[in-house]
Parts: sequence; C-alpha cells; structure tokens
Amino acid sequence: MTYLKSRRFIGAAFTAITMLSITRTITGNGDLTSTVTIAQALVFASPIALAGLAGIWAERAGVINIGLEGMMILGTFGAGWAGWQWGVWAGVLAGVIFGAIGGLLLAVAAVTFGVDQIIAGTAINLLALGLTKFLAIVLFTNAPGGGQAQSPPIKGEIPTFTIESIVEPLTSLHEKGIFFISDFAGILAGLFYQLSLLTIITFLLFIMTSYLLWKTAFGLRLRSAGENPWAADSLGVKVVQFKYAAVVFSGMLAGLGGAYLSIASTIYRNGNTAGRGYIGLATMIFGDWRPGGTAAGALMFGYIDTLRLIDTGNQNVKGLILLGAIILFAIGGIMLRKAKRNSAIGFLILGSVMIGAYFSATSFPPEVAQVAPYITTLLVLATASQNLRPPAADGVPYRKGDHH
Amino acid sequence: MNLRRIGISLIAPAMGLVISLAATAVIIIAIGADISTVFASMWNYGTSPRAMSLMLNLATIYFLSALAVSIGFKMNLFNIGVNGQYVLGALAGAVVASNLTLPKVASVTVTILVAMFVGALWAGIAAWLKVARGVSEVISTIMLNFIAIGIISYIIVRTSIGTETSLNIRGTKPIPESGMLRGIAFLDPGTPIYGFFFISIIIGIGYWFLLNRTRFGFDLRATGKSASAARTSGVQSNRMIYVTMLLSGAVAGLVGLPYLLGDTGSYTLQFPTDWGFVGIAIALLGRNNPLGIALGAILWAFLDISSGQLILEGVPREISTIMQGLIVIVVVISYEIVRRYQVKSEQTSVAKALAKQEATV
Amino acid sequence: MSQSALAVELKGIWKRFPGVIANKDINLQVALGTVHAIVGENGAGKSTLMKILYGMQKADEGTISINGTNFVFNSPSDAIESGIGMVHQHFMLADNFTVLENIVLGSEPKNGIRLDFAKARKQISEIAAENGLAVDPDVLVSELGVGDRQRIEILKVLYRGAKILILDEPTAVLVPHEVDELFNTLRDLKQEGYTVIFISHKLDEVLSIADEITVIRQGTTVGSVNPHTQKVSARDLAEMMVGNELPTPESVGDTIQDEVVLKVENLSVFAKGGKAIVDDISFQIHAGEILGIAGVEGNGQAEILDALMGIESASGQVYFKNEDITKKSTRHRRELGIGFIPEDRHRQALMLEAPLWENRMLGHQTREPNSKGIWLTPRSAKADTKRIVEEYDVRTPSIDVLASALSGGNQQKLIVGREMSGEPKLLIAAHPTRGVDVGAQAAIWDHIRDARQAGLAVLLVSADLDELIGLSDNIKVLLRGKFVADADPATVTPQELGTAMTGAGEAA
Repeated sequence: MTYLKSRRFIGAAFTAITMLSITRTITGNGDLTSTVTIAQALVFASPIALAGLAGIWAERAGVINIGLEGMMILGTFGAGWAGWQWGVWAGVLAGVIFGAIGGLLLAVAAVTFGVDQIIAGTAINLLALGLTKFLAIVLFTNAPGGGQAQSPPIKGEIPTFTIESIVEPLTSLHEKGIFFISDFAGILAGLFYQLSLLTIITFLLFIMTSYLLWKTAFGLRLRSAGENPWAADSLGVKVVQFKYAAVVFSGMLAGLGGAYLSIASTIYRNGNTAGRGYIGLATMIFGDWRPGGTAAGALMFGYIDTLRLIDTGNQNVKGLILLGAIILFAIGGIMLRKAKRNSAIGFLILGSVMIGAYFSATSFPPEVAQVAPYITTLLVLATASQNLRPPAADGVPYRKGDHH
Repeated sequence: MNLRRIGISLIAPAMGLVISLAATAVIIIAIGADISTVFASMWNYGTSPRAMSLMLNLATIYFLSALAVSIGFKMNLFNIGVNGQYVLGALAGAVVASNLTLPKVASVTVTILVAMFVGALWAGIAAWLKVARGVSEVISTIMLNFIAIGIISYIIVRTSIGTETSLNIRGTKPIPESGMLRGIAFLDPGTPIYGFFFISIIIGIGYWFLLNRTRFGFDLRATGKSASAARTSGVQSNRMIYVTMLLSGAVAGLVGLPYLLGDTGSYTLQFPTDWGFVGIAIALLGRNNPLGIALGAILWAFLDISSGQLILEGVPREISTIMQGLIVIVVVISYEIVRRYQVKSEQTSVAKALAKQEATV
Repeated sequence: MSQSALAVELKGIWKRFPGVIANKDINLQVALGTVHAIVGENGAGKSTLMKILYGMQKADEGTISINGTNFVFNSPSDAIESGIGMVHQHFMLADNFTVLENIVLGSEPKNGIRLDFAKARKQISEIAAENGLAVDPDVLVSELGVGDRQRIEILKVLYRGAKILILDEPTAVLVPHEVDELFNTLRDLKQEGYTVIFISHKLDEVLSIADEITVIRQGTTVGSVNPHTQKVSARDLAEMMVGNELPTPESVGDTIQDEVVLKVENLSVFAKGGKAIVDDISFQIHAGEILGIAGVEGNGQAEILDALMGIESASGQVYFKNEDITKKSTRHRRELGIGFIPEDRHRQALMLEAPLWENRMLGHQTREPNSKGIWLTPRSAKADTKRIVEEYDVRTPSIDVLASALSGGNQQKLIVGREMSGEPKLLIAAHPTRGVDVGAQAAIWDHIRDARQAGLAVLLVSADLDELIGLSDNIKVLLRGKFVADADPATVTPQELGTAMTGAGEAA
C-alpha cells in the first residue's frame, strides 16, 4: 500500500504522462491518450500482469517458472471449454484450475524431483501445447460455433463498470488537446470506462500480493524459501510446502490470465497467448520482482498491444515509434549521466534510427506492429536486466539437508 | 561399469515410453476407439517402406534441430530460438539458391553456408544480449522467434522476393534443379530419402568428436557441469557463450534445408515453423548425446508419420503430440531420479570398495 | 562424575550415511550451566552429532534427554521448543533480508496475519541490550561483516528462548581479540544459567573457556576431561584426537633463490560501490620461497588470489618471471606454469559429477598429458591420474569414479596432486590441507617442501596458523586489503599473528 502512494510511483506516472503528451502533440494523434485506448489497454495489460504476478510468486519462493506460457495456455483452454458450456464464471474457474494443475506438475518435477527448473518449465510448455491442440480437435470440432482450433463462443460476459460522471467531463477535456492536462484527463477517464470486473480482481490480487508477501509472517517465510532455504529450514520453516504453495498459486494466476484472454476474445483459440507468458516474465524482471514495477511493465505492454490492434489509419504505429525514440533518448541520457558510455551510445543510436524511421515513412507495414511487443520486451530486458536483484536462491534446486 | 551405466541411462526413456503409451491408451479408450486396431494400424503403416522413408526424412530434420539445441544445453545455455533461426536460414538459403546457376555441389555448399551464417547471426543477437546486458537467453530467443516470423512475413508478402508460386501461395522463386538435393529412393521407389540424411550423419559424427575429443568440447562440458570450476580452470565464460550460441545457431540454420532442398525448392508461407520445439523435446529425450538424439529423432518421426493413419480410426493425429509431451515430462523426471540414484550408489560402492581394501591390507 | 543436573545427555547415538558411519555409540553428558567443549578432527563426526541434537538429522539409534526428559526431535522446531539453539559454523543468513527479518523468521510476532514489526524490534533490542550484543535491526545482512553476522546468529538463538546453546566452530572466522569478546559473552551467559556446548578443533581456545572437554575420534567418544581438575595440555588433547604422534611442519633451511618469480605492483580490486577490497598492495616472491598471507577471512585474500589468476579484474601490474601478465587470460597464466589450489574446492576446483580422470584434466586441458593440439588424449590423462592417485595417496577404488564419491580430504589430495603436476613454477594455494587427515597433511607439506627445494615459489593463504608459520619463509599480514605487518615465521607466535590480523595492537 505504501509503495503505491510513494514518490516513486508519482514520479514514474508523471514521466510517463509527459512522454505520452509530447508524442501526442507532435503526431497530433489523439488516439494515443484517449479514453477508449486507455480502457482497452487495461484489458490487454491484465493477462500479462497476471502472468508477471504469477512469476513473482514462484520466483520469490525460489522457483523459476518458465512454464508460465504453458499454464496460461491451459487457462485459455479451460476457459474456452467450460465457458461455452456453462458460462463465463465457469470459464474463469476452469482456467484457474487448469493453470493450477500445470503449476502442480512443475512443483512435482522441479521441487520434489529436482529437475532443472528451466527444463521442467519447457517440458510443461510442450505438454500444454500438445494437449490443448489435441483436446481442441476432439472437443470443439463438432461443437456448435467451434472448429478444429477454436472453441465455441463463451456464454455470457464479465460485468463492466463505467462511471459516467467522471468519464464524460474528462473525455471532453481530452478532446481540447491541451498539453499534459488533456492527456492526463484522457488517461484518468480511461480508468473508469468499461472497467471489467476481472481487471478489478487483477488489481486486488496485486494489492493482496504486496501485503501478503511483505507484511505477513507467511510472506516472510515464503520469501525466505527463495533467499536462503537452508537457513529457513534450520529455523523450522517448511520450505518444500511453501515452494509447492507458491508454484501452484503461480499456476492459478497464470491460468486466470489465460482465462481473461479467452474471455476477452470470447473464444479459445490455438496460439492465443502468443508469448504473453514470457512477456509476463519480462515484466517481472523489469519490476525487480515486485508487484509495483511489474504492473507498470504490464501496463506498458498492454498499451502497445492496444495501439497496434486498434490502428485504423496505421497512425498509431508511427506514434509508438516516436514514443519509443523519446524513451530511448531518455534512457541514453540517463546512461550518459551514469558514465556508461557504451550502453548510452547504443541507446542513442537506436533512438536516432527510430526517429529517422518516424520521419521517413508515412505508414508502416502491419508486421512492424506485429513484432512491436517482442522488440519492446527485448529492449526492456536489455535496459533492466543488469542491475537488478532476483531472490538469492532463485533457480537453485533445494534438497533438505544438502547444504555444506 | 560401462555396461551398467548404459543400462541405467536407458531406464528413463524406457519409462517415458511405457507411461506415455499407457496414458495414450487411456485417451484412446476415452474417445471410444479400439486400442489394438489403433496401435496395429500405426505399426503396420509405420513399417511400410514408404512410411519408413518419410520417417527417415523427418528424422533428419528433427535430428539437426535437436543437435542445435543440445550444443547449447550441454553448457546450460537454453537456445529456444531454433525456430526463428531455421526459418530465417531457410529463407536466406532459398533466396540465394534461387538466384545461383552453379553446379550442384557448389550451389548446395553455398546454400548451406548462407543458412548457417544467418542462423548464427540470429542466435548471436541473443548471445550479445546475454553477455553485454545480462538478458536471459530463454526469453530473448523466444522473442526473436516471434520477430523472425514477422520479418519473414514482411519479406514474402510485401517485397518482391515473394512471388505467387501457385494456387495463391506466396513464396520465393523456385530453386533450379541444379541447386536441389533430392536424394536417393532406396527403400521405396517412389519416396526418395533426402540427400541431407547423409550430410546430417556426418554432422552428428562431427558433433560427437567435437564434444568428446577436443579441448573445446571439454571446455563446453566443464562449463555445463560447473561454470565456476570451468572459469577457474581457464575457460572464458563470455567467449564460450558466444561461440556456443553461434555454433548452435549455425546448426539450427540447417534445419529447414533438408525439406527445402529435398522437396519444395521454395520457401513459402506454408513452410513449417515449429520444428525447433520438437528439437528441444528430442534433445531432452536424448540427453544431449548424438546417439540418443538420433534414436529419439527416429522415434518421434515414427510417431508423427504413423499417426497420420489414425484419422481413419477416428483418432486425431494430434494424439502423437500428447504422447510426445508426456514422454518429455516423464523422461525428464526419470533422468533426474536415475542421476541421483547413480551418484548415491557410486558413493556407497566406492566407500564399500575402500573399506574392503583397507581390511585386506 | 559430578552430581549437578544434566542439561543434555546423549546415550548410544549411532548415525550411518551411505558408505560411512558418522557416529558410533556416542555418549555425552553436559552439566547444566557449564561450557562444554567437543573436540575432534575434521570429519570425526562432531557436526553430525550436533545436527542430531538440533533436530536436523535423526539418529539411527540412541536417546537424547534434555534436563532429564527423553525427547525425539523430528525437526529443528522440536529442538527449539526444548530450549536448544544452534549457532551454525556457516552462517545461515539471508543476505537480502534485514537483521530483524533474519532473527524472527519462523517465530514471528504476529498481529492477526500481520507481522508485528514494532514488537519484533522491541524484543530484539531488549535481548541485545541484556547480553551486550549491539545490532541495528533494519540493516540488510549483506552489508554486515563477519563478527556482526555471528552476533545475529547468537541473537537468533536467544530470541527463541534457548537455554542450551550449541556453537559450531564459532571462532573459525575470528581472531584472538574477537575470540576474547565472544568468550566473555559466553561466561556471562553461563552466569545467567545458560548451558553452552562448544564445538572446536582449536585446542588452546578450548582449554581457556571449557569446563569440560569431550574428545571424539572417528565417530566415537574417546573420553572426557575436566581442565579445572585435571592437568591437560593442548598436545594431550591432540593426541587423544588423533591417536598417535603428531607431525609438526618445520621449515628445513634456506631455499630461496635470486630469481623473482612473481612480482605484484599496486594491485587493487574494487567492489561495486567503489570501495577498495584490495588496496594498492605490492610484493615479490622468489623461486624457492613460500610467502604466507595471514589474515581473517574477508580481508581481501580471496580477491588477491582471484586477481592473480585472472578470474577477477584488478588494477595494477602483475609480472610472472618478468612477463607482464596483468591483462592475460586465466588459461594463459596456467599455461605459463602457475598452479592454483582454490579455497572452495567444490565450486572452483572440481566437477563433482565427472570421473576423476576428467577432473585431473580440469585446469590443464590445453597441455600434455591431457591434450595435444586441439585433441584430447584421454589415455595419457588416465595414466597420469593413476600416478597422482598413487603419489598423493588418494583413496579410491578406481579413476573412473565420480569426484563426488570421494571424501573431502581425498578430493583435496587429488587437487593438490593435479596442481603440482606439470612442474609449476608458482603455486597459489588457499588452505591447501583443509579437510585432509593429519597423515596426508604431512605428506602434502613434504611435497610442497620438496618442490620448493627444486625452485617452486608458493603463495600460501591459510587459516591454520600452525601451517602458515610452519611452511612459510616469510609472512605478510593482510588487514582490510592492505599489508600491515611482516612476520618472521621463525620467531612469531600465533597470538602475535592474531593480534596483527585484527589490528588490535594498533591505535583505532
């Protein structure tokens, strides 16, 4: 709770809005900060955020969860399968359960049997892919509205909320085009426009995680499993149980993220996750294994995803490129101040390339938008990876009594 | 001791097979098909000369893919990006080969070199990100996979490199016959076995020598067993990461060539794009050992080819993917159990042998 | 036998591991309110016994009774509940947690599900004040030095209401001056009715603090002595520990030649924050000379060795026989003839899951008999491994067994044998006989002395002050990354060395 109210959050938000505002003003593209865009960004951000949160739970307990993608896939499938037959909330439940099963499998392989965590996670991804492809054919081909690679439409909808009294005036303020103030208005309005209950749940899960992991004895013990499990064991903490709980819960969160995806697209479709599990891991790294930063990263990805998908005049991509260039210059500047010349030069060159691209073309082929999230992930990781502090015993296989 | 060790290492894959067969049987019953006819039909078709030829061809592809992955695995580098590396390599190879008019040997050699170069380059990006910026190669190679697909889509759909090949399929222009490597049909007259089959055997042997008989191979295996000990022993970890990823990417670049040069002659949007993941599974199965990988590749290809028949029995062919997924999970767990047992039993037997020695002294 | 109440009584304890019997029919009686020492060689079974008492292991046979009542401990929590607290030799602390979090972990004061940080802080401050152990509860453990960390380990134990404290080799990382502080604390605790069980192999210290000493040899109790009532010397204890006459390392004569093998100028190693861990040191080693570096763990020794081997980056110059190797790779330095026995053999010197003959090649894989050109030559490597096994008395049934199957001492012998092969010109050795049994220790010292006679230069880092004084021709004392004193091994005593090592003799 205190983290959210802290200065860092306000500073980051301020910087983000300023950059968006600059981009919007130069490109003249109001869509960049409009109510609809932001509202949609929240929808796209949530599955990624859930994946990132899932990563936090597992890794804080010392287990690297590469299998997030597979658990998400299981979640999308569960939601599709249960959703078309029994409605949206059944879909959510099924998604969570299927994800939990994936998590359980990882726990058994990695915690009990000590299989290398990355290998176990990769194996789960393979299994999930194969299993869902097969089951889709078997269960959906002859179902009404379904097909070989997708489920019939999910029945029902998740309730959404709109607070008209906030949205209306702010949206008209946004249309005035005043630097910073209009953009701030648009963003704020977007938060209360068609806000899905699932997004609210996601937000609450983040708050709950912050509290549980950092303010309670349960959280201290879980984190100790990831920092020094042998020390924890010597003090009577049941390390193995905590790892299991963390990994299974991680699977549940990933499954929920997958369910969200299916529900948002109204169907299960093969390949719907498109790497979001891995992008979630990237946001976790970007967020230094803490909920606040992870949420910020997820919001960024959600925003990029939105822009490219509602890009009517192919203009949003241009805006993204400009925004990207601004950010790269900013990072390059920070690196220069830290006297990291080589990295700084790299970022400044990239930024210049993007500026050049921005000014040279009137529109960009859709493939650029298509790969934008992945290139962004690489850039995010390239900036963030080096100076961060993962839990000290993250990825280390733990066996009772092994130490010294 | 050696025979015992070999026996022990076969337990895990054997268990994997048995358990996944059992699970598959359960699924087959659940869908209402008959197990004995399903398995019989798979076996009968699978052992026919035509199917065996197709199997060897597919196994060649899988073998190369798994080899590429295991070069990295051997030192705990996870190159999950074989997908991206091979499609870019195949595209580059197709473009170059379709513009050459050299005699066959020269043309194929150039194609191979180009594909290896592009594959290595793509993997090199991940290597640089890891060494210079500490980015996990697992995530970066996966991202690069998606980016590669975007690049290919752009090149084929929106540039002049892609043309209408036939029936609304866009691809590169066809490679002249002089640049193809069709192969010999020695099992079934109508089904040639890719020329690349033989090339990949040579590559496999070369890999074994590299790994077990050269200094570089020692450095690689040492880094995989204990990165800190390897570093203390003189291995430069950054250099190892680069060389290994580049090598892995180079081999990955070849994965699309057997199909390209032995069959289609053109890179189209229909070119399969998931052979990389199969390679990961087989590398895990074969424990990063060339012989194990070869056997694993053959097993996988057998399952894939023979399951094509299953649709006639009302069973979707994708059941083979479940079998494969199950095999990987069970095998990976079994290997770990076996490994621990091995370490413990060695400790016990050594202690016993020493005690005996001291008693007789 | 005294009539006072027994805080701890162990009867007939047996513990077997695959291939080795760690504890054989152990009997131990610890009187209430005393400091009771348990001494024995490395590998004698002391640690295993204490793990059983603390609930981290379960005995195969035997009984444990605390204050007269029998108990069965299934986990450390059970032992903690009976009032036993263990201060581990290798600190069990989570670096990324604060002092407070480390202390309360597993016994957190709660307010509903909330962790009551305020209450924890208060309790810790009280206990710390009572026992003179000053700490700042909100500091990250990663920022603390060794002495502070030990204090936290003791606080952990007191916080949980322990009345019986087990200290496992507590002075391994301290020097005489800090040891005195610890002993004062222990005497205070004794006055307040605590019982202390103290495991050590440092016999002088044990004699000065213990009320009763139990000797363990090869897994079984050999006997108990009371230093207050019986006349017993360190040598007596040592003989009980070992069972026969002890060898002493004694330097033979003057072997130092003129040629300078290693010259180090202005070597500095900087930590991430800019602080100098190694601060501008310079020294030289001649052929036929053993230079010993004395210093408490953590004063820069490990960094110096890593820098000399090229594993860590450093500023300054390093010359090997007049060649500037400052920028050269680790491999190049090894190929020049520098052997390295690192401090942490499992992490740096061995591939545990590889056979012995492959481990023989490790570090030397670019030279004969391990390779020719780019090709490995397994046959000659195996033959040479057999030679090392013979010459250094490595106890193993064959050279094909995995390194993990060997005991620590035998692993060390293999490593020493490997690094002494190929006629090195310079040997950099960190704790070369750590974990090695006494007989083999003497043999290794002989090998080193013979090589020195033939012109080998040695840089020796050791926590064993007897080894350091016995082998070295010259000793330099390292404190906070700088050389602060020179010592003459012919005349210096361990006490004087220890004082210099902590700077206790200097003005603050």
